[in-house]
Amino acid sequence: MKAQQLLRGELEGEDLEREVEQRLLFTKFEEAQNWARKNALFPLGFGLACCAIEMITVVGSPRNDLSRFGAEVIRFSPRQADLLILSGRVSIKMAPIIRRLYEQMLEPKWVIAMGACSSSAGMFNNYAVVQGADKFLPVDVYVPGCPPRPEALIYGIMKLQDQIMGDPAMGWRERYRAEGTEEVA
Amino acid sequence: MPDATGLELIAQRVREKVGDEAVTGTLYYRRHATLDVAPSSVRDVIAYLRDGEDEPWERLMSVHGVDYLPEEPRLGVHYELLSMERADRLNVRTRVGTDEPRVPSVVDLHPTADFQEREVFDMFGVVFDGHPDMRRILMPEDYEGYPQRRDFPMGGEPVIYTFNEPKLPRWYD
Repeated sequence: MKAQQLLRGELEGEDLEREVEQRLLFTKFEEAQNWARKNALFPLGFGLACCAIEMITVVGSPRNDLSRFGAEVIRFSPRQADLLILSGRVSIKMAPIIRRLYEQMLEPKWVIAMGACSSSAGMFNNYAVVQGADKFLPVDVYVPGCPPRPEALIYGIMKLQDQIMGDPAMGWRERYRAEGTEEVA
Repeated sequence: MPDATGLELIAQRVREKVGDEAVTGTLYYRRHATLDVAPSSVRDVIAYLRDGEDEPWERLMSVHGVDYLPEEPRLGVHYELLSMERADRLNVRTRVGTDEPRVPSVVDLHPTADFQEREVFDMFGVVFDGHPDMRRILMPEDYEGYPQRRDFPMGGEPVIYTFNEPKLPRWYD
């Protein structure tokens, strides 16, 4: 009733002010955008090693139910995904392929280094494994563990969501001295 | 079963059929028979063992590379043969130096040696003459060096603990 009157322009004065206060929500455009982004993370269906099994149970299984946090739709094309979970050790032969997948993803995009191996090579301190995925990728969240508990990965994803809410760039371009590499539409 | 005597008999037959200089020694250790051969006659010896023996060593189970660093010649290639009729195994091994590590390929006799010889080449740098496709198999194509040789640097990075952190200034750069 009140809404009809509001739309017809029949409300005036104090009534109008009260109605507007109750019914409208003001926010910044960026905040609304970030809120939408953080609740619609599409992880890339991509596993590297044993952590991938753990990643699948977190991202794909109803037991852990990542859809509670808005990140469960796995996309098997990097062009539709915006979250890359590096689950496992990154060998130097795999690194260019991962980099290519990452570059095919559309901006904004985020990377989680899951487990000790992709964060810092873990126990593979040798010639075959990249010593931390951040040698060739900007990594946003590092999740320790070998493998991490499901709760740890969920917490890492929630941390990432906090960062998305704060700032979509999250400062990685500054950290990795990569200003000027933004994609231009 | 090639016990120590049987191994000597096999070595004797190989010497007769392939050549005196083909067999450089025998080793019988812990019920495991090993025939040391010269690198140039590896293919002939394995061909004889496959085709010439009454109970043939018809299967190549695996090819390995070894690096005996302080010893010379440094590199070794081991072939493990299996005979279904004897129900037994025989090791054939050879040694090459690092200056010109060339061994004849046995891919035409045992096709399974294809990938395994490539792996030995990848990890130890032993070149197999006559191999149809002598490329790296595990490491990237543009990789330099042979990572399983003993004098290859370990790679990786120093791991930081509280006790060695002061020794590595600005490790976080």
